[in-house]
Amino acid sequence: MAEHYDVLVVGAGPAGLAAADAAAGHGARVGLLDAQATLGGQVWRRDVRAEAPRMARHAFHAVERRTNIARFTQTQIVAATDKELLVEQAAQARTLRYDKLVLACGARELLLPFPGWTLPGVFGAGGAQALIKQGWPIAGKRVVIAGSGPLLLAVAATLRKHGASIAAICEQASAKQLAAFAGALWRWPQKAAQALVLRATLTGVPYHAAAFVRAAHGDARLRSVEVQIGENLVRIECDHLAVGYGLVPNVELAQLLGCALTRNGSHPHVEVDDDQRTSIANVYAAGEVCGIGGRDSARIEGAIAGHAAVGATQAAQALRSAQRHARRFSALLETRFTLDARIRELATDDTIVCRCEDVTWSALRDFGDARAAKLQTRCGMGACQGRICGTALAELGRFPRGGPRPPIFPARLATLAEADFASTPN
Amino acid sequence: MNTFDLIVVGAGIVGAACADLAAAEGLRVAIVEPGPVGGGATAASMGHLVVMDDDPAELALSRHSQQMWEAYAQLPEAEFSRCGTLWVARDEREYAGIAAKIARLAQAGVVAEAVDAKALYELEPELARGLAGGMLVAAEAVVYPPRVAEFLVKRATTRNTQLHLGRRVHALSGDGVVLDGGTRLSGPVLVATGCALPELLPMLPLRARKGHLVITDRYPAFVRHQLLELGYADSAHGNAPTSVAFNVQPRPTGQVLIGSSREFDSSSEVSMTIVRRMLERAFAFLPRLCDLQALRIWTGLRPTTPDGRPYLGAVPGLRDVWVAAGHEGLGITTALASAHLVIDQLLGRRSAIDPAPYLPSRVRA
Ligand SMILES: Cc1cc2nc3c(=O)[nH]c(=O)nc-3n(C[C@H](O)[C@H](O)[C@H](O)COP(=O)(O)OP(=O)(O)OC[C@H]3O[C@@H](n4cnc5c(N)ncnc54)[C@H](O)[C@@H]3O)c2cc1C
Ligand SMILES: Cc1cc2nc3c(=O)[nH]c(=O)nc-3n(C[C@H](O)[C@H](O)[C@H](O)COP(=O)(O)OP(=O)(O)OC[C@H]3O[C@@H](n4cnc5c(N)ncnc54)[C@H](O)[C@@H]3O)c2cc1C
Repeated sequence: MAEHYDVLVVGAGPAGLAAADAAAGHGARVGLLDAQATLGGQVWRRDVRAEAPRMARHAFHAVERRTNIARFTQTQIVAATDKELLVEQAAQARTLRYDKLVLACGARELLLPFPGWTLPGVFGAGGAQALIKQGWPIAGKRVVIAGSGPLLLAVAATLRKHGASIAAICEQASAKQLAAFAGALWRWPQKAAQALVLRATLTGVPYHAAAFVRAAHGDARLRSVEVQIGENLVRIECDHLAVGYGLVPNVELAQLLGCALTRNGSHPHVEVDDDQRTSIANVYAAGEVCGIGGRDSARIEGAIAGHAAVGATQAAQALRSAQRHARRFSALLETRFTLDARIRELATDDTIVCRCEDVTWSALRDFGDARAAKLQTRCGMGACQGRICGTALAELGRFPRGGPRPPIFPARLATLAEADFASTPN
Repeated sequence: MNTFDLIVVGAGIVGAACADLAAAEGLRVAIVEPGPVGGGATAASMGHLVVMDDDPAELALSRHSQQMWEAYAQLPEAEFSRCGTLWVARDEREYAGIAAKIARLAQAGVVAEAVDAKALYELEPELARGLAGGMLVAAEAVVYPPRVAEFLVKRATTRNTQLHLGRRVHALSGDGVVLDGGTRLSGPVLVATGCALPELLPMLPLRARKGHLVITDRYPAFVRHQLLELGYADSAHGNAPTSVAFNVQPRPTGQVLIGSSREFDSSSEVSMTIVRRMLERAFAFLPRLCDLQALRIWTGLRPTTPDGRPYLGAVPGLRDVWVAAGHEGLGITTALASAHLVIDQLLGRRSAIDPAPYLPSRVRA
């Protein structure tokens, strides 16, 4: 028999934790799901070396002490309708029914192709951070961190804590953009404090503005990177490159459910009203899925969604002004870290764009839409189903990604044949 | 300037084959296609080049066409892979029917052999225990259809063919077609719009029959042959509103492609209920299949005529309008011979096989 919940929350980052806590606080039966093994999402990912920050511990504790929250970790969403989710946990299929659904699926990082980006030793910035928090050995290794946005500093701090030697941080935004960003931070004192702490832990690390990696070099693995710093080309020897050009909302599940999306720039996010409700009446969304805004807006929006989902409108309303304030940070991020146009032109003919299927930039030249390119070149047909290459091609101004279909993540065939899911005709 | 010897409407595998052949015959051709070339049923299909022997007309067309496919066996775009077809018999009754099938196929020049249970498991160790045996058609192959369609269209365009990509035929005009946006092209028209046929030629009955497919991650040599249950033809030719059959293919990439389902439905939505039935059927034949990782599910629409045969020829009651559509679940296999039948009629030539069973005029009779 399928289990039933008043509220299901997908994603156990700051947004999902807050949503589950808020909804459960009103007595609702809540299910909290995440693909990862532990709670925390991206920002509060478990670090084998360090205790979680206080705010995270509070959030975990709040959820763990409530007996009316069922936690499903290592649980992947495979398919969804407006009444139920088909999930896979430890190779077992499960159908979970719900009255209300909160999408707190967060974001992933934006990877862009450049010569050498597929060399062993090159990682996504957030991906490297995640690996290292899990205990992957980095001590004594020389690492270049490159890309854009506040994430770079957080990544550098984690890597340093684990003993990496940071050869350079290359932020593509100009010194002027960065100064404007820093100058505006006082409006979000917590973020300003976070930034100061980060800077302090990174003293002595070479930090370059208006700098980006043009190419990664090495034969079997990475040896050095070629960096554009202002007008100069510089070669930096290193063992690893951690590179990320910002974040992109994970909208696949929302799309599958038919929630309306908006696009500013190249990537869509979920559209919500003041109660964090999407265009589908019983589906809410909070945090990075609604646009990149960081931890604080995620927490507040999660709480609003949790309250609103169980009809506690007053509690939701009380948080609105805080939400609006936190969200203004999104606009700041967007304007202060806009990408240098040259970064979109780094790929050369033989640069691989689709890693799953080894499709090169030149093979994609003649196509005007994602579907035609996919049919003819297999671009986006692999295990990641275009999450990486499709997002990159959208950012590079080639064509938007196609819509998703179940399974939204690879799943066992046995899971797709699960008997309970969609067994009652809609 | 907008006058042609033939205007091909639709660039699925069928339209592409017709345009390619017409251009090779020296005709001035126009192709109109709104979506990507080969983006309709052609993109959804399994690409199995298979001879079906249940209906003599289908046997003749599929066999003739299959021989023409040999010309593409070395073409990289075709991704031609001669995996062979292994028809699986569940029980003695099905196994006993194989002899007659082999004889029918032999008459058409197709080599098929019976395999007993022992040989069956040597060919495909993953098959479930307790099967009675099977029939192997070793020379059969699979291709990747959308790239072939693109290849044929490209080849046509090197020979006096104008491609109107991103444009749709809005209506027939009496002496040609009107595109959306109002552009007129004049000349004889060949409608090869697959499931969209009724929009332009409502007098020719045709329904969409949806199929689901599931593809897995890479598991090289999990299966080696295109595997079908002998009961497949009942699903393909029966008129049940929904049916599923065991139909599994090894892609040259090492992926496993799993079919097949049939429902009369013209939406492209995935039905998990049908997927479940289809997979359960497949698990019954390949028990360990359930552990493989699925990457994607998709659907496609088969253009289906009431008698299951395509319409190939002049459209009754219209001047200079021709049709090549309605190939149901066999249009990749039969596209090449279909093009020959239609272009032969257009040029007033005799064909290698009898065109009568496929003439659209049968609808009136
Ligand atoms: C790689 C990466 C690293 C980051 N590191 C930092 C950092 O160090 N410091 C910082 O301040 N900010 C960091 N961020 C920014 C971060 O997005 C926000 O600070 C904050 O975590 C957003 O909270 P959220 O709850 O909206 O989403 P997230 O924290 O991203 O949480 C979303 C959760 O949903 C889960 N999920 C998504 N889809 C599904 C699904 N279909 N099925 C099951 N589970 C699903 C994910 O596994 C994830 O745990 C990082 C972002 C990324 C992408
Ligand atoms: C799930 C599935 C599996 C299959 N497996 C196999 C198999 O293994 N072997 C096999 O032989 N066959 C198989 N088939 C059948 C085969 O795919 C079809 O019979 C074949 O693709 C039909 O080709 P077509 O060119 O007629 O149609 P389509 O490929 O649909 O092409 C029609 C084209 O016409 C265009 N069009 C429509 N309206 C207009 C208009 N007004 N103006 C201009 N253009 C228009 C469309 O955009 C489209 O590109 C399968 C089909 C399905 C659905």
